[in-house]
Amino acid sequence: MDDDKIDKIINKYQGDASSLIQVLLEIQRENRWLPKEVLEKVSKKLKVPLSQIQHIATFYKAFSLVPRGRHEIHVCTGTACHVRGAPRILDAIHRTTGVGPGETDSDLKFSLETVNCLGCCAMGPVMVVDGKHHGKIAPAKAEDVLKNYD
Amino acid sequence: MSEILLQIDGREVKAEEGMTILEASRTVGIDIPTLCYHEKLEPYGACRICTVEVETRGRTHLVAACLYPVEENLVVRTRSEKVIKIRKMLLELMLAHAPEAGVLQDLAQEYGVREVRFEKEPSFCILCGLCVRYCAEVKKKNAIGFVDRGVRREVSFIPEIASKECRNCKECFSLCPTEALQARFLLTEALMSPSPSFEPKSEE
Repeated sequence: MDDDKIDKIINKYQGDASSLIQVLLEIQRENRWLPKEVLEKVSKKLKVPLSQIQHIATFYKAFSLVPRGRHEIHVCTGTACHVRGAPRILDAIHRTTGVGPGETDSDLKFSLETVNCLGCCAMGPVMVVDGKHHGKIAPAKAEDVLKNYD
Repeated sequence: MSEILLQIDGREVKAEEGMTILEASRTVGIDIPTLCYHEKLEPYGACRICTVEVETRGRTHLVAACLYPVEENLVVRTRSEKVIKIRKMLLELMLAHAPEAGVLQDLAQEYGVREVRFEKEPSFCILCGLCVRYCAEVKKKNAIGFVDRGVRREVSFIPEIASKECRNCKECFSLCPTEALQARFLLTEALMSPSPSFEPKSEE
């Protein structure tokens, strides 16, 4: 965890309780998750009670209270992707990385999440790795794609 | 302050501007059931059990009486057929979570809820938020808050604050319409300071 960077983010919004979500988003982007010590620091500097921070940090899916991997995999499991084989993509990812939906592997390489619809059903099944979409992906192809990340 | 005339259950009621329907009806002794309402706290409108039917310009709406401000010539029905049907449904839903709660059982009796058709999900909490809001608004300690959302939403003590503040306060316990809060506190306490008999044995 990079303390300086996090301090810099918090100091930028010192005492401004209304910037809570912005601060949390920036820390999340920098650190990929929100450790408890950081939340306590945010609580103190922004003068927001910890219970409220916990409320917000657990409400939005964008925040994570557990460490996340360096690469974010999203697999669409919407109806169209589901019938086009999304479960098999998930199986393939589990085979190569060992992570199931909502999990992160032990060396913090990949985090896997399922999403309900990405709005590009014609490309289904869809896998998104770090924001890059892979459409009409076969299970074997998904495994190949993931091998390019470290 | 300007006076407002409105009609509640066929009675002419005088109210002051800024009052809610709930406050106005209580001044004349018309009872509207509430669960998440508390005089010392900001109205919250979470439990919806205070739902009433209001009529303005010939249209009827269903509103939460604890939040809806009185208006001139408003016609309010607190016990219409529609309202009772909704309260019955709400009670059923809440009883699926907290079947043992006395307040809910009394209301169920009053409204004739005999069976709960929903799958029982004993979270024991109806998420009225009384404890959370009392701690934040009156005591200003924020020792308890909501976590997560949707079906997974629940109240949770912040152990670091609770261990300092709660032992001598516990004022929220008596507010809780169920016993969920007390149970939650005991759980937090147990997790924070395991009793000696539960102390894990040191590894050899």
